[in-house]
Amino acid sequence: MSFFKVENLGIRFGGVVAVDKVGFEVRRGECYTIIGPNGAGKTTIFNLIGLLYPATSGKITFEQKEINSFSPHQVADLGIARTFQNIELFEHATVLQNLLIGRHRHRKTALWQELLFTPSVRAAELAQREAVEKVIDFLELAKVRDNLVAGLPYGLRKVVELGRALATEPKLLLLDEPSSGLNPEETDDMAFWIEDIKRHLGVTVLMVEHDMNLVSRVSDRVLALNLGSVIAEGTPAEVQAHPAVIEAYLGKAA
Amino acid sequence: MRFIFKTDYAQDIRLAKHGGHLFWYGLLGAILLAAPWWASEYVMSQLHFICIYSIVGFGLMILTGFTGQVSLGHAAFLAVGAYTEALMQAAGVPFAVSISCAAIFSAAAGIIIGLPALRLKGIYLAIATLAFGVVVEEIITRWTKLTGGNEGKHLKPVEILGWKLDSDAEFYYLCLALTVLCCLACVNLLRSPTGRAFVAIRDSEISASCLGVNLAKYKTMAFAISAALTGVGGALYAHKLAFISPEQFTLFQSIELLTIVILGGIGFLHGAVLGAAFIIVLPQLISIAKGWLPEGMAPSGLQAVVFGLILILFIIFEPLGLYGRWLKVRTYFELFPFYRKGMFRRQKSYMKSERLR
Ligand SMILES: Nc1ncnc2c1ncn2[C@@H]1O[C@H](COP(=O)(O)OP(=O)(O)OP(=O)(O)O)[C@@H](O)[C@H]1O
Ligand SMILES: [Mg+2]
Repeated sequence: MSFFKVENLGIRFGGVVAVDKVGFEVRRGECYTIIGPNGAGKTTIFNLIGLLYPATSGKITFEQKEINSFSPHQVADLGIARTFQNIELFEHATVLQNLLIGRHRHRKTALWQELLFTPSVRAAELAQREAVEKVIDFLELAKVRDNLVAGLPYGLRKVVELGRALATEPKLLLLDEPSSGLNPEETDDMAFWIEDIKRHLGVTVLMVEHDMNLVSRVSDRVLALNLGSVIAEGTPAEVQAHPAVIEAYLGKAA
Repeated sequence: MRFIFKTDYAQDIRLAKHGGHLFWYGLLGAILLAAPWWASEYVMSQLHFICIYSIVGFGLMILTGFTGQVSLGHAAFLAVGAYTEALMQAAGVPFAVSISCAAIFSAAAGIIIGLPALRLKGIYLAIATLAFGVVVEEIITRWTKLTGGNEGKHLKPVEILGWKLDSDAEFYYLCLALTVLCCLACVNLLRSPTGRAFVAIRDSEISASCLGVNLAKYKTMAFAISAALTGVGGALYAHKLAFISPEQFTLFQSIELLTIVILGGIGFLHGAVLGAAFIIVLPQLISIAKGWLPEGMAPSGLQAVVFGLILILFIIFEPLGLYGRWLKVRTYFELFPFYRKGMFRRQKSYMKSERLR
C-alpha cells in the first residue's frame, strides 16, 4: 500500500524536456528529499504534483487515488500542501490572515451564515483561530502575528509560508528549498522544525533542497535528479557518494 | 497612543475593537439619524445619493478591492437593479420582493459576466466587462417593449406595506438602513472564510489554489455578490431619480463607480463610503469653481476631465486612496513624534514565481 507514488512522470516545454520518466515513492511518515543541480526539474516536479501544469505523461497516486485529472484546489483538499521556492504569500494581509487562509479547506460554514455571522460562524472562527495559534506557537511567530507580510524580512516570510502550509493540516507537505536565502541560524531553526513536523506532527515531508547538511540531517531517503532524469536514489550518504551525482555536480573527472 | 491588550481570540473578530470605535461610530450614527433635523433639502438629497453610491461602492469594493477583479461594466448591474425595480413596481409587486429580485437578477447577470471573466485578468478583464456594460446599455435602449427605450421609465415613491415613503426623510431612512445592512453583510463576509478566500485570490491566485481555494467558484461568487449589492443600489437609485433611461447607465457611469473605490481606497470598506461622498460632493465643487473661471474657460466636459485627472493622480500618488491617507495621518498623530517616513512603504517583491504566471 503506497502512500504517495509518482510513475513515469514527464513534461516538455517546447523543446525542453524538463522532467523525463521520473518515478519515486514516498512512504508515510518519512522525509524524502529531491536534490539536483539548478534546472534539474525539481520545482517542475512539485508543480506537476500540484497539477499547476498538466503532465505530458505519467501517473500520480496519493493514498490509492489517481490525482492526475484533479485541479489544484482538489489536490489541496486531499491534504497536500506546499511552499514555493520564491515565496508566494498574500502580501497585503497580516501573518495571521495568511495562516487563516491556510485553514480554508477546513471551513464548514455556508455563505448565508457568513453574511449574518451566525453563532456557528463565530464558533468556527474561534476554532480556526485556535488551530492557527498552535502553528504560531510552534513556529514562534507570535511577535509578528499582526504584521503585514509585505513588511517582513525574507527569513520570516519563509517561516510564514511554512506556517501557512502547516495550517492546512496536511498529510503530505512539499517544501521547495526551505533553506534557500536563510542565514545559518535560520537554517538551523528550519532543520529543527522539519524534524519536528515529521516526528511530532506526523506529517510526511517531500522536500527539494540544496544544502547537503540540512538534507543529511533531516531526510530518510534522497533522490538525485539531473537534466530531468533520476540518476540515483538511496540514503543521504549513499546518494552523496554516488558517482553519477558527483559527476552531475562537479562535472566529469578528467 | 492606544495600546490594546488582547486577552481573548474573540476580540479579533469583534466589530468594535475598542471603546473609541464604539464612541465614534455611535456619534456618526447619531448625526446621521438626526440628519432630517439638521440637513437642508439639498443636503438630504446629497445624503440619499451618498447612501446609494456607498452600497454600490461596497459591491465594487468586494470585487475590485478585495478579490482583485477590475470591472468597467458596473453600470450594467446598476441598470439591471434599476429596471427590475421599475418594472416590478409597475406590476404591483411589493417593495421587499422587488428589491430582492433586483439583487437576485443582478447577481445572475454577475454570474454570466463572471464566467468568461474566469479566464481573463487585468486589462483584458477590464475590456470584457466594459464590453458587457455597453451591451447591456444597448439592450435597454433597444428593447423598448420592456424598458421603454429612450423614453425611460417612471417610478412612484417606495411603498412598504401600504406606507408611502414619499418624504425626503422617509426615503433617507430607507437608504440609510439598507446601507448599514449591506455594510454589515460585507464586514461579516470579510471576517469569514469566503472573504479571506477573496483576498487570497487578489494577492496570489497560485497560492490560493494550492491552499484549496476553488478559483472559478470564488471569483464567480465575488462577481455575484458584487452585482447583487450594485443591484440593490440600482433599485434605490431608480427611486431616487423617479425616472430612469439608458443615459444613466453609460460607460461614464461605470467609470464614476470605479472612481469611488479607487478614490476611497482599494481594499477598505470605509473607502467605499469616503469615495461615494467625494464623488457626490465633487460636481458641486466643480460648479463652484466654474463660477470663478473666466468666460469660455469652463467647458461643459470639465467634470469628466477633473474626474479623469483625479483618478490618475490618485493611482500614481495615493494608491491607498482617501482612507489610506487618513490612516497615515492618524498613525502620524498616534506615534508623534516617532513617525518614520517610509512606514507605509511596502517592500517591493521581486521574488514571485514568474514562471507560474
Ligand atoms: N513554465 C515553464 N516554461 C518553460 N520552461 C520551464 C518552465 N518551468 C520550468 N522550465 C524549465 O524546466 C527546467 C527545470 O526547471 P525547474 O524550475 O524545475 O528547475 P529546478 O530544479 O527547480 O532548479 P533550481 O534549483 O534553480 O530551482 C529548466 O530548464 C527551466 O527553464
Ligand atoms: Mg526550483
